[in-house]
Amino acid sequence: MSYLSLSERDRKEMLERIGVSSVDDLFCCIPEAIHLKKDLDLPGPLSEMELAAEIQAIAGRNAPAGILSFMGGGAYPHFIPSVVDYLSSRGEFVSPYTPYQPEVSQGTLQVIFEFQTLICQLTGLDIANASLYEGATAAAEAVLMAQRVTGKAKVLVAASLHPQYREVIRTYVRNLDLTVEEVPFTERGTVDAAALDKALDDGTAAVLFQSPNYFGVCEDVRSISTAAKTKGALSVAMVAEALSLALLEAPGKLGADIVAGEAQSFGIPLGFGGPYLGFMAARKEYLRQLPGRICGQTTDVEGQRGYVLTLSTREQHIRREKATSNICTNQALCALRATIYLAAMGREGLRRAARHNVAKTAYALEKLLAVRGVERRFSGPVFNEFVIQLPKPWLDVDKALRKKGIRGGIGLDKSGPGFERCVLVCITELHAGEDIDRLAAGLEEVLR
Amino acid sequence: MIREIREPLLFEISAEGKGCSYLAPLDVPESAETLSGVALRETIEGFPEVSETEVTRHFTRLSQKNYCVDMGIYPLGSCTMKYNPKINEKLSSLPAFTESHPQAPEEDIQGNLEVLKLTEKLLSEITGMDAFSLQPAAGAHGELAGMMLIRALLEDRGDPRKFVLIPDSAHGTNPSSAHICGYTVKEIKSNAAGMIDLGNLAEAMSDEVAALMVTNPNTLGVFESEILEATRIVHDKGGLVYMDGANMNALTGIVRPGDMGVDVLHLNLHKTFSTPHGGGGPGSGPVGVKKILEPYLPVPVVVEKEGRFAIDTDRPKSIGRMRSFFANYLVVVRALCYILSLGPRGMREIAETAVLNANYIRKSLEGLYHLKYDAPTLHECVFSDKRQKEHGVSNLDIAKRLIDTGVHPPTMSFPLIVHGALMIEPTETESRRDLDLFIEAMVKIAGEAEKDPEVLRSAPHITYVRRLDETGAARNPVLRWEKNP
Repeated sequence: MSYLSLSERDRKEMLERIGVSSVDDLFCCIPEAIHLKKDLDLPGPLSEMELAAEIQAIAGRNAPAGILSFMGGGAYPHFIPSVVDYLSSRGEFVSPYTPYQPEVSQGTLQVIFEFQTLICQLTGLDIANASLYEGATAAAEAVLMAQRVTGKAKVLVAASLHPQYREVIRTYVRNLDLTVEEVPFTERGTVDAAALDKALDDGTAAVLFQSPNYFGVCEDVRSISTAAKTKGALSVAMVAEALSLALLEAPGKLGADIVAGEAQSFGIPLGFGGPYLGFMAARKEYLRQLPGRICGQTTDVEGQRGYVLTLSTREQHIRREKATSNICTNQALCALRATIYLAAMGREGLRRAARHNVAKTAYALEKLLAVRGVERRFSGPVFNEFVIQLPKPWLDVDKALRKKGIRGGIGLDKSGPGFERCVLVCITELHAGEDIDRLAAGLEEVLR
Repeated sequence: MIREIREPLLFEISAEGKGCSYLAPLDVPESAETLSGVALRETIEGFPEVSETEVTRHFTRLSQKNYCVDMGIYPLGSCTMKYNPKINEKLSSLPAFTESHPQAPEEDIQGNLEVLKLTEKLLSEITGMDAFSLQPAAGAHGELAGMMLIRALLEDRGDPRKFVLIPDSAHGTNPSSAHICGYTVKEIKSNAAGMIDLGNLAEAMSDEVAALMVTNPNTLGVFESEILEATRIVHDKGGLVYMDGANMNALTGIVRPGDMGVDVLHLNLHKTFSTPHGGGGPGSGPVGVKKILEPYLPVPVVVEKEGRFAIDTDRPKSIGRMRSFFANYLVVVRALCYILSLGPRGMREIAETAVLNANYIRKSLEGLYHLKYDAPTLHECVFSDKRQKEHGVSNLDIAKRLIDTGVHPPTMSFPLIVHGALMIEPTETESRRDLDLFIEAMVKIAGEAEKDPEVLRSAPHITYVRRLDETGAARNPVLRWEKNP
């Protein structure tokens, strides 16, 4: 095995220096009764050639990549410039640990500082952390943070929030003194303002919603935030499609107090769901309650600018059971990819990509709604995802479409009664006009 | 690179109108009709505009300011900074994996599901547990999941209980994980050998205690040799035993947590099964359980029926979902590659070599640095700065001076029970030459501490930045770049 670097002679001399006769002697502190008496029942060892063949064979049991897919729903296919893969796979970025020794970690630290700045610029807020696991856990952390900030124990969550984000929130609060209520959506596909007003009270810690929401519809961030504020609750805007921030007004500028979400769209491959990149930004008065790591600027003994991890008293080192969260690791390498992606795309490139998404979505809506029997499920404005309702159950349509090599979107049959015929369709810059034409023609045939 | 070259921030090299072009021309009519009524922004204030050349040079220069395990020994105790095989990077980047949508239909993702199922099976064999969930995104996330599983089982029995016992040598995240599960933490003091004191444990254990959270080998690198007695004490009072498996590379192929009375544990795939740490993530922290806890595992669960793989979310007793989709999937692929490439003998050899390397360092530095606990250690050893303190030199000074010698310092903030700790974990992949380089550096520094302490206190001397003002950073937080601060 080429990963271990000791020769037989090394081993012998090292054992001599330690003063034992065999490696087994080093395990004498483990009671004999529990020593494993046989080899583990594992396959291998495989040489690199065999391993590559084995893993490629398993990968080959997936449907071949390249099927025409219109799936989004919290995991978005976007173009990734080559420079992202190239730079982010440098060993100097890939193989260090958390930057506990800042003098030899300035590369990682400066990247985190730049990442925090980019997230602040995109969200319109003052401070951001060094990343969280992903969008759903970021939503749960935002709920816990709102409770810490307000001292209140009820959280209102929009029913139009990604269903898996809502599930994760429920898991996180199951043992805590925190109740979560869902606020329904209207026929526009947006938060029901009247229901929100009714549910809001002085015991509400936060209103948590997503924009564009799970149905692709953009929420009225300003009016939800205003409503939350009248009762002293925080407005928490979740963003699952981070590219939308290039074009939509920054939620922080519209009154959101915390903006959190998923930045997978920024140069991170679909990867069957992970690793992804959670982010969180907030107003600066909530700094002490922000979970996760934070990088700060400082100076060295010569007065040179440098960066360090800071404000770690919020973390587990001190008052351990009172830490703001139990988060230890973050997603530094994914944050690096996002930082390189955003730098390479640049201000105008990113905005252009977002405009492509919008224009192609408009084109797709026009084409699909022209298919007989296809209707829009919600009337609200959309960025790059929307729900259509078909004249037949989605499960049947999906099967027929897939025979044509098209994955038409994500069926919403699990979103409750009345959604059996609904599908969430996502269009990005990767879809050419003729791909969209193919989807429309495919639907036309299937529904005929 | 020359130390004097400073790399500006991305925002400082930006200039209006620069940028790259990556997208094909728009082939449908320009339209924003579908966004009508939405508040739009005119620009992204302060956002960078740079060329690809500048992007490449900026990040390449930044990369050169990092120390990394591909460069040399990185003996951060408990962090397990081992070499990560390059083939794992290549195989986890296969388009079949990277371009795979997590909501794709089951028949299109049979390969992905097979990776998950196979990895669960192999991890169960390595740890002696009955089932695994790969959902948790990191070690601390796995801890949280594990404690939730315990609580769910106890609630099901109508007896959720109040307390969790945690040894004072535990990892920092353990208490906060227990806390989020609604438990109050009681600390168990270690004995003179650095192990759980069975007397203290028996006294603290009652029918109000839900679980003992144990790290084995613990953060001193010491194997809890009375683990069978400890787990019996907990089980006798109806409690469960949680093990933090962060240090599993000391045990693979030697002994299995499942055979020690552990009911639930988490592993750090990125440590024991080698995924590069990426400057602080992503990791992956699967939880393994005994049969009694299996019904409570997070959803989704991958099930195998007649050679086909399916996703099961209909599990009434499940604690729910810990994360969206299927965990840090590409990390799981790397872990699988690692296990398959090692095989049963290799799994044992990594533990043997990790322990040999650590004991070699320990023996070589004994007498020069203070060893608070002299119990036998496995994969890591913990010295302190007690001797050097006599010359006014702290563990921080030692760490900073080590940087000048071209090696990464050990862990210093841990464990909390050793003041001025130097927690050294060489891992199994280090060569004799690299071990000796580290030892020589530590020997040299011990000498300097006596003869020339100032050279330590003013270290590091040759890095891009010198010693940084961490107190100032916390007192006056500057957390982002601003155009006109």
